[in-house]
Formats: sequence, structure tokens, C-alpha cells
Amino acid sequence: MLKDKDTSTGDTDAGATLTEMNGDVEMLSGGDMIARVLQEENVEFLFGYPGGAVLHIYDALHRNSSVPHILVRHEQAATHAADGYARATGKTGVVLVTSGPGATNAITGIATAYMDSIPMVVISGQVQSHLIGEDAFQETDMIGISRPIVKHSFLVKRTEDIPRILKTAFYLAASGRPGPVVVDIPKDITAPTMKRPYHYPKEISLRSYTPAAKGHAGQIKKAVEMLLRAKRPIIYAGGGVIQGNASDALTALTHHLNFPITNTLMGLGAIPGSDEQFLGMLGMHGTYEANNAMHESDVILAVGVRFDDRVTNTVSKFCPNAKIIHIDVDPASISKTVMAHLPIVGPALQVLEEMLSQVKDAQSQPGISNQPDANALELWWKQINDWRAAHGIYTKNRFDDTTDKIKPQEVVQLLHELTGGEAFVTSDVGQHQMFAAQYYLFEKPRLWINSGGLGTMGFGLPAAMGVKLGNPDAIVACVTGEGSIQMCIQELSTCTQYDVPFLIVNLNNGYLGMVKQWQDMQYEGRYSESVYQNSLPDFVKLAEAYGHVGIKVTDKASLREQMQTAIETSKTKLVFMDVYVDPDEHVYPMQIAPNGAMNDMLLSKTERT
Amino acid sequence: MTDFEDTGSRRIISLLMENAAGALSRVVGLFSQRGYNIETLTVAPTDDVSLSRLTLTTVCDDHTTEQITKQLNKLVDVVKLVDLTEGAHIERELMLIKVRAVGAAREEIKRTADIFRGQIVDVNSSLYTIQLIGTQEKLDAFIEAMKDATILEVVRSGVSGIARGEKLLTI
Repeated sequence: MLKDKDTSTGDTDAGATLTEMNGDVEMLSGGDMIARVLQEENVEFLFGYPGGAVLHIYDALHRNSSVPHILVRHEQAATHAADGYARATGKTGVVLVTSGPGATNAITGIATAYMDSIPMVVISGQVQSHLIGEDAFQETDMIGISRPIVKHSFLVKRTEDIPRILKTAFYLAASGRPGPVVVDIPKDITAPTMKRPYHYPKEISLRSYTPAAKGHAGQIKKAVEMLLRAKRPIIYAGGGVIQGNASDALTALTHHLNFPITNTLMGLGAIPGSDEQFLGMLGMHGTYEANNAMHESDVILAVGVRFDDRVTNTVSKFCPNAKIIHIDVDPASISKTVMAHLPIVGPALQVLEEMLSQVKDAQSQPGISNQPDANALELWWKQINDWRAAHGIYTKNRFDDTTDKIKPQEVVQLLHELTGGEAFVTSDVGQHQMFAAQYYLFEKPRLWINSGGLGTMGFGLPAAMGVKLGNPDAIVACVTGEGSIQMCIQELSTCTQYDVPFLIVNLNNGYLGMVKQWQDMQYEGRYSESVYQNSLPDFVKLAEAYGHVGIKVTDKASLREQMQTAIETSKTKLVFMDVYVDPDEHVYPMQIAPNGAMNDMLLSKTERT
Repeated sequence: MTDFEDTGSRRIISLLMENAAGALSRVVGLFSQRGYNIETLTVAPTDDVSLSRLTLTTVCDDHTTEQITKQLNKLVDVVKLVDLTEGAHIERELMLIKVRAVGAAREEIKRTADIFRGQIVDVNSSLYTIQLIGTQEKLDAFIEAMKDATILEVVRSGVSGIARGEKLLTI
């Protein structure tokens, strides 16, 4: 593990920082300032890749070696690894890339973090100040290119501004609704000869940026009244609960009210997957019971969600009888696609705690209207349990588990069983992602690491690397497909260099599975460019070529044993488990689009609602 | 114009933002990125040089207006924002219009400019350059009134605005 290697490089030579004192003021070069700031911010890992415009910074890092640097094989992976680290630990991920192609390669990862509101600081090198705008070698307008996919960005113009700008970047990235912040630094600003006073501000306050610290008590009171009057309530919780560390508060409120709860793809783990009140994921591939309960509900408590089109299906048909209470720290998320009847702007944790306390206060007052309608709730739960029994994927397998073919769902179920729902699971994008979301019932928040908003193939492997580095003692599995894994497979080399062990579960069906599914359903099975035509590598040999362990699984009978071995081995080595699964399996349920409502679903290849 | 725009109304959104590099591009970028429409836009520093005042007009429905104001407020560079059309306000736009002014038309153009309280700010033997200040509607009306003349060039500043009475957009 990297930890061991740390000690050999962790000693800082006291004379290494090129420090000069000017009176009481420390004089540092821009490069040394950056190294110092990373230390002050307690950055555990810096994910990056050197190049011309950041050589001064890399030299400073070499001389101030207290922040371990992970040399990735492609800048996209640096951002995904930092992103995975951030999602799993709750800390800000930090990336360092060079100008031009280094910066543009990072874009996909920045966009991924932006869509899922992940705290990240990306430092990009820029050509020298006097060359900006001249189409210099490796010049690109990083501020311009990244503008629509960052929370904010800075172009540093003076060396002495570096500490303040970086402090502001860290503050912006992690506060309010988190997101990626880009700091673009021209090479001359970091030159070792240019020494400027170093002042690191303790705190940052911006007149133009004041994220909501607490929800409006009056609005919360109104919400409590609505909740206590509800006859068919449902809680719809998303990534904002995970990012806002509000899972315990959410679970407490859910239990106290005895309301059913569904999670978005980003919100899985916000309530334990084994909880009786949990209906599973909602949306395009949500469960029958979750989508039905949403559609039939009279009050929806939406927390840290954004009514994404993959949840709502056709907006005009969305939950026709429901009054919507919407809690979000970002006011722009409220009433963006679906009108909220009662908006509450504030951090999920504070609002949910206040809400539970107000519910309890209300219940302690005399009067029948201050208690939940027990009869209505009982009927509601009966209805939900009927839905579960009819088509729920957790009451019994809705896929054919009697064939000799390995079903991808079974692989995820087994992974869940053998890890107790407490492993970190990263995924890429496609069928395997949906199977993981449906069948790996996460017991805790921050265990499920996937690119929900942008849907970035290539995310899973580098993200797993970041997750494992941040949680060296945890079981980490990357559930992926043979398509996605090849988009960032070069990172197997990085895992070798830093000895990062985890498990890769490659659900290999030989097709771009989700593309194939849509082609089956909507294009009469014309598999336009979704087939690999025997061009897939031998993943076992490939893993071994990088010094890892490869396991090929083709026989259903030995799946369990091989998985057990793989999990055990993955504690010390990276294990690439290449599982040959049934290529004809589809992800169900699947909402019917276009023009369908939440509860219009295909339940299998032959059944629909 | 699309159907969507027909159902909307004209808004004047005025905001204070940090007078910093990149701030304007973030505001403008937001509009193209989210598919909103900008009709006019004008921006300049205020008496406090650290702040710029930006005024833009757009045509949209209530829901889109709410989204635009929220998304603008979310930009880190935007300090404060108001939809002037929500209350009593004054709007002004400056136009410079260069027209061919020869023969009988020369006197007619001068008369029309006087009626609109325009000023002739440049003149030679064959043309006038007229300066006109007013609401967008008034400037449109003047161009309409000039339709028999030969308009050579039109330049408009875009709408600026301020709320009436005690209401202020300051920090």
C-alpha cells in the first residue's frame, strides 16, 4: 500500500523549501506557495501528471514532499481518482495537470464532478503570461473551456495572489452545493526566481457568495404540517443527503414518521439498503414499488434531489396528486423542472434535524391533527407491500436464475452477500451500473461511487483507485463492463506503481450492453456498432501483464468460490475478475418513454404495467 | 420568435457583479448554456470601481425568469440582482442613427427628430447623425418614423434601468 511507501518519501528536508525572509514575512516562489497550501489544507493525495507549464510546481513538490502525488496515466483518470476519493471520504479531491492537452484531458472528469456536485480543486498550468492569446505551444483557454462545468474558476495573475486564490478555491469547492473549482496558473507565476510574500488567510468571506446555513423555520413548520396530514407520503432522497452528511438525520426522520423512502441513483446508501422502509431506487430503472409509490403519493418530501429527467419521466405526468416539499441547499435546484409547493433552501442535515424536532414538538401537543394518520399509513403500507409482492425485485428474482448462463444480477447479488453490503462499489456506465445500483443494497452512505449526472464511461477504475487510497482498509470493488473498463484501463499501471489493491468485477457480455438493450427494444435488434467482434483482449493476461491477478469466470457453478477467492485476494492485490455473463439480459424495470408517467414501466421482455 | 417567447413578457434584469476578468463571460455564457435569450445587454463599472452594473433584457415566462435569476445569483461573481420589471422603474437606451438627409427630406427628418426630442450631433451636406435617448419602445418608434428616409447606420446602447423611489440595488 501507498502508506508504506509514504514513509520513505515523507521526510521533508528543512532546507529544501527555497525560503527567504523579508523581515517577518516569508518570501516564497509560486511553486513553493502551492506546495505549502496543499500542506495547510491537509491534502492527503494529489492526483496529477506533469508537463511543461507545471514543471516549476512539480519541482517545488519534489522539494516539499509532504503531499503524496499519484502519477496517473491520463489526466482524465486524475480527475476521476480525485473524484472517487472525494465521494468516499467527503474531503476535497485535488488535481494538478499541465496546460493544453493536460487541461483538456481533465475536462471530462471535471464535468463528471460538476454534474454530481463533488468538491474538487483542479490546478492547471498555463503558458507564460506574456504568451497567453498567442496560440503558444500547449496553450488552451482553460478558463473558457471549463466555464460551463465548474462552480467557479480563477486565472492567477500575480504570484502573491496564489495563497488567497487557492484558499478561496478550497472554500468554494466544499461549501454550499459543492463542485469543482479550476485554478489556472501561468508558468511564470510559479517561477523559482519570483519570490513574493506568503500570507495564507485563515478564513475566506466573499460578499458575492453566502450559501444558506439553515432552512427557514417557518417553511419547515409548514412542511411538518403537510407531512402529518399526509395519507400517502413518500420520501425521495438523493445525492444532496450523501454530500450533506445527512443520512443519519434522514434515517431518524424516516423511522420516526414510518414513511416509505426511495433513493435516487446518487442517493443510494442515504438510508440502509436493508431497511424495511426502503423501496429501492426510483426512476428509469427504479423498482416497481418505488415508482408506483411516487406516482400515487399525496405528499413528497424531496431532499437533495433535482428531479432529473431520468427520475421524472414525462414531467407533465409526474406524480399528479402530490404536493411537493423540496429541500435543497441550492435554490436553483428548486422548481427547476418540477414546481415545488413548499421550497426549503438549506443544508439537508440542519433542515432534517429541525424537521424531526418540530415533528416531535407538534406530536407532543394535544389534538388528533398533530399525529400522523395511522389508518391511512397502514393502508398505504399495505398497498406498497402488495406492489412489492407483485413485481418487486427484492421479494424474488424477476430474471431467469435457472439457466446455466451467469446472470449479471446474480454476480452483483453475490458480491453484496459476500461483502455484507458494506463494500465500496464504484461503477462505470451502462447495464452493469444499473444492476449494481439495483442489487447491491448499500448499508451506508458514500459506499456507492458512480457517475450519475454525466454518465461517464471510464470512471469506475480510476475512481476505485481514489476510493482505496482514501480508505486503505476497506473492501473496494469496481463493477464494470468490458466496454467501460477499456476507457481508462491504462490506470492498471498506476495501481501497480502505488500498489493499490481492489477488486474489479468485469461483467463481460461482449456488447455495449445498454446500447444493445435499446437497439433490441427500439431498433429491431440492429446492433449498430455495439459489438466487439472477438476483438476483446484476454483480460486475465492483461491484468497479469501489469502485475495484477486475473481470474476468468465462465462457469456458474464456480462463481461463488471464485468470487470469495477474489474478494480475499483483493485485500492485498488488485484482482481483475472477468465474468462472462448472459449477453441477452436486459435491465428491468424500465420506464416507458417518451410520454410515459413514473409508473409506466416494462417489467421484463414480455410484461408491462 | 418561438411560441415559447410569444407567451412570455419582457424583463429587465439588473445586477451588480465583481469587476473581475471573466465575470461578464460567465453571465453571457450562462444564457447560451441554458438556452435563455438575451435581447440587449449593457455593462460598465459603477462609482465603486470594484463593481460592475450589468443590465440585460430578455423575453421569457415567469418560470424561466425565476430560473434565470436563480442561476445568475448562483454565479460566484454576481453580488446582487433585481428584476426591475417587477416594480416601478425607469429604463433608458441611447441610440445614434445616421440618415441620408438631402432635398426635402432634410427638413422633415429634422422635424421628426425634434418631435422625439432627438439631437443632431453630427451633420454634413448630405447626412444627419441623430442622438436619441428613451425607452426601447420610443427608439423603435423613431426608427419606424424614419422609414421613408434612408437609414445608413443604427447603433443602440442596450437598455439601462433603475428602480423608482427608495428602492436601491447597492451592496
